Amino acid sequence: MNRDPQAYWRKTRRLTFCLLFLWFCITFGSTWYAREINQVVIFGFPLGFYMAAQGGLVIFLLIIWWYNRCMKKIDREFGLEEE
Amino acid sequence: MFRSLTRLQRYYLIYTGGFLAFIGALAVLEQHGMPPRWVGYAFLIFTISMYAGIGIISRTSDVSEYYVAGRRVPAFFNGMATGADWMSAASFIGLAGTLYLSGFQGLAYVIGWTGGFVLVALLLAPYLRRCEQYTIPDFLGARYGGNAIRLVAVAAAILASFVYVVAQIYGVGVITSRFVSLQFEIGVFVGLAGILVCSFLGGMRAVTWTQVAQYLILIVAYITPVAILSYNVTGNPVPQLVYGEVLQKVSQLENRLFDAPAEKEVRQLFRERADTYAQKIMQLPQSLNHERELLSSQINQLKASDVQMRDIVALERQRRDLPHDPEQAKARWEAAMFSAVERSRQPAHHAEAFPGETKEERDTLRINFLALIFCLTVGTAALPHVLVRYYTTPTVHEARESVFWSLLFILLLYVTAPAYAVFAKYEVLSHLADIPIAKLPGWVTAWAKVGLVSIEDINLDGVLQLAELSLNPDVIVLATPEIAGMPYVVSGLVAAGGLAAALSTADGLLLTITSALSHDVYYRIIRPDASTQFRLVISKSMLLVVAVLAATVAAQKPGTILSMVAWAFSIAGSAFFPALVLGIFWQRATRAGALAGMLVGVSLSLYYILRVEFDSIPWLGVSGFRMEPWFNVQATSAGVFGVAAGFVTIIAVSLFTKPEPSTASFLERIRMSNRPSP
Repeated sequence: MNRDPQAYWRKTRRLTFCLLFLWFCITFGSTWYAREINQVVIFGFPLGFYMAAQGGLVIFLLIIWWYNRCMKKIDREFGLEEE
Repeated sequence: MFRSLTRLQRYYLIYTGGFLAFIGALAVLEQHGMPPRWVGYAFLIFTISMYAGIGIISRTSDVSEYYVAGRRVPAFFNGMATGADWMSAASFIGLAGTLYLSGFQGLAYVIGWTGGFVLVALLLAPYLRRCEQYTIPDFLGARYGGNAIRLVAVAAAILASFVYVVAQIYGVGVITSRFVSLQFEIGVFVGLAGILVCSFLGGMRAVTWTQVAQYLILIVAYITPVAILSYNVTGNPVPQLVYGEVLQKVSQLENRLFDAPAEKEVRQLFRERADTYAQKIMQLPQSLNHERELLSSQINQLKASDVQMRDIVALERQRRDLPHDPEQAKARWEAAMFSAVERSRQPAHHAEAFPGETKEERDTLRINFLALIFCLTVGTAALPHVLVRYYTTPTVHEARESVFWSLLFILLLYVTAPAYAVFAKYEVLSHLADIPIAKLPGWVTAWAKVGLVSIEDINLDGVLQLAELSLNPDVIVLATPEIAGMPYVVSGLVAAGGLAAALSTADGLLLTITSALSHDVYYRIIRPDASTQFRLVISKSMLLVVAVLAATVAAQKPGTILSMVAWAFSIAGSAFFPALVLGIFWQRATRAGALAGMLVGVSLSLYYILRVEFDSIPWLGVSGFRMEPWFNVQATSAGVFGVAAGFVTIIAVSLFTKPEPSTASFLERIRMSNRPSP
């Protein structure tokens, strides 16, 4: 078991920034090009509309779910789980 | 299966079952002739007494229970409470209507208000929970030290929360006056009572458990009408899955209607009207005198001939209603001109992103869309009444989990709202457009009476063209039950849901303001030696004062305050977000830096809002200071500049000041330990 608090923080930080980057791409990237990707049709929706109305939101939920899962693993690795 | 649930889950399952049975019973009673007004009363009394009951059961005299519900709220329920805390009267009533009116452009709200929770999850919630404080100013005080930053944070929290709480209480007044036909002012005070019964006795603990109850009501109330509508239109009761297909039908209808000759003619007529007003405004004050003379001569002419008295009286009233002075005329005619310009525009397709004739127009829309998303996400992650909810979970892990549940419960509503808008648009395009005005469905006339729908047959062909119809955004959610021909009990349910959304948000906001005043100002700054008992007395009296103040302001029906709510996000975002995030992730951030950053951020946002939105402040005697917006960004998105300035200032000033030695141990605690502090 790794007990180095600095290593714990480094791992947390890396995970946070990776997921934050993904979040940024969805929130600002796909909406910036909404007009262009609206040409594509998915489940009957224009893609740009779908991403802003449903797809993006589900990805947000998955980002949080993934973060929690990874943090749980990191907590266990460093012996920081709570009773 | 029932036995495997926790006690709390069982309670709320029984509660939900009871509520559904109550709706069923009312539906049966309505079939047997119960008048709609009574249905409205039954919903009002049943829900408020439920909330009061929960409030009384959860009464407490313990400080930790009062401020953070004893930090014992499981992740799942905290998620539900956050959902209700977060979704306000505006989300419940206004959002679907905004999406109806602005199509894709309105989705900025959907994506902004949900995306913010990713920031909460990744950047804030776990660290706030580890810090184990009571309020957000408390956290900043602990991180940076000193009372100055605490006071600035208190001021910003109150600034952002107070207008917000006034808008909620106003929402309660609107809902009760429309559905139960109470007088607006009485409705406001019913709302006040509804808020006080839960927060006064039990503080955060009572607010949490009522918010869970309110969430259940509001989500059932939001989804039911649109599910029925979806079933009627497509045969599938899950609107979120099937509205793509309806959206395609909407596009086909739009293609057919937008370029119909009658529509073009109507838009041309509105353009001409706008031009007439523009000319009249240019020629003030002569044009006003001219108009008055014209009417006078007409009246004299009529008096000389032998027409009916009624016609003369009508003309005289018209003359009386003319603006009194050129200034009033300018304001009134400008409003009329803008509304005519609005109606003369080529309508955009519902799903079209950034519609515009030229590239500049499209780019302006695109920039504003992204700027608004930015402000709403950052504001969401900085509004104190939401953040404080993550103090209430038992562990750090549960704080993280509870953001997941929060977003899930919030998503249910935000994924439904665009579907709501599309179904409503389908109904309007297929059942209102191109229909003789005499044959319009009953709900149109009913809501026209209240002023939420207006129809003007400008080309006098007796048929409704789309450009002749104007809808207030609120009407979409309020009238959907009638549009789909549902019994009144569904309308009553919608009212109960709107009420739950407004009350739950008001509860959370009020508690935030109160604890900022009583905990941060009174206990932390004025009298740190105050006894626990006395701290609670102070809290409760503050709560009463602030609540009555907010209700009094709401009872005045302040138009400006309601538009100020949109600014709360920019204000909260630029005040708190940079200081909180840098405080957690950048060890070098210093007290002076944070203080400067918060002040600069908020001041810049306020400055931008003032100069873009207003031209003069009469009671200060200043005028003529309106400026051109920077990069065409609207005042609602002032936070783009405020947040950026906040980050830059904190970094710059911190690098020039000496770091405090105590920062390292504080950061070690909130970053790396899951053990409670000694």
